[in-house]
Amino acid sequence: MKAAITVFPGTNRERDMADALERASGTRPTMVWHGERDLSGYDLIVVPGGFSYGDYLRCGAMAGNSPILRAVKEQADRGVTVLGVCNGFQILTETGLLPGVLLRNAGLKFICKMTHIRCEKSAAPFTGKLTQGQVSRVAVAHNEGNYYADDETLDMLEGEGRVVFRYCDDRGNVSDATNLNGSQRNIAGIVNKRGNVLGMMPHPENAIDPMAGGTEGLPIFQSLATAILA
Amino acid sequence: MKANVTVTLKRGVLDPQGKAIGHALEGLGFDGIGEVRQGKLIEVELAETDRAKAEAALDEMCRKLLANTVIEDYRIEIAE
Repeated sequence: MKAAITVFPGTNRERDMADALERASGTRPTMVWHGERDLSGYDLIVVPGGFSYGDYLRCGAMAGNSPILRAVKEQADRGVTVLGVCNGFQILTETGLLPGVLLRNAGLKFICKMTHIRCEKSAAPFTGKLTQGQVSRVAVAHNEGNYYADDETLDMLEGEGRVVFRYCDDRGNVSDATNLNGSQRNIAGIVNKRGNVLGMMPHPENAIDPMAGGTEGLPIFQSLATAILA
Repeated sequence: MKANVTVTLKRGVLDPQGKAIGHALEGLGFDGIGEVRQGKLIEVELAETDRAKAEAALDEMCRKLLANTVIEDYRIEIAE
């Protein structure tokens, strides 16, 4: 699996992401600096978390309009698999690769804690190794994770089975009480229409090691490795 | 030419910062505070001298970068 991880000034989760991908696939991904304009030849492109360009203007707005994102968009349009986590999710919404936007958390606080997400759809390439309804314990760390889209868009996402993860409790119950940041319909992750671009706020890359945070994030990377190596 | 671009959240989009500011104003003893909503002001200097062209360019800037039209409205005012 030939994977690229985009790196902007302010990105800070790229090494965790590289470790996760290497653990699942056996191959170390390539770090690609934001000035690069060509991303051809990769099977997977990951836009990791952090604070790209200091979150100036809006989270992800600067990165979303940078040259490397035009290259990401080009590859996504060709069917290359693209994963955006946390700030990466914000960036993918700003580019228009994914609908909606991530607003400031409803409680106005930066949230850094372990939480649970429920897999709503088991499908390659992102969640083939998860079963529908499976609950994973993963970390979130964000100030703007409050997923917002208008009702029409939300109904479309639900109707097309594009809501992939929702915030839930340890038993998989989805309710207002488990909606830690105020996201519409508890949405934690969605895919594009074609199914090759996933954005999610939680950090599966920080749950790959039994010594640090558990391993419940690993199946996502194993899914990617299986889908792309197959 | 100078322009002021005001970007605000659309009606109906929850503005928790605006709400917090409203509560803080009430806490300071200001009575009769209704809804408070927060936005941002972006000042742009332009070399363009034609007003209509400047407005058209600013409109494009807003749509492409300055505002996220999924959640935000924008208003352009040519200052001078």
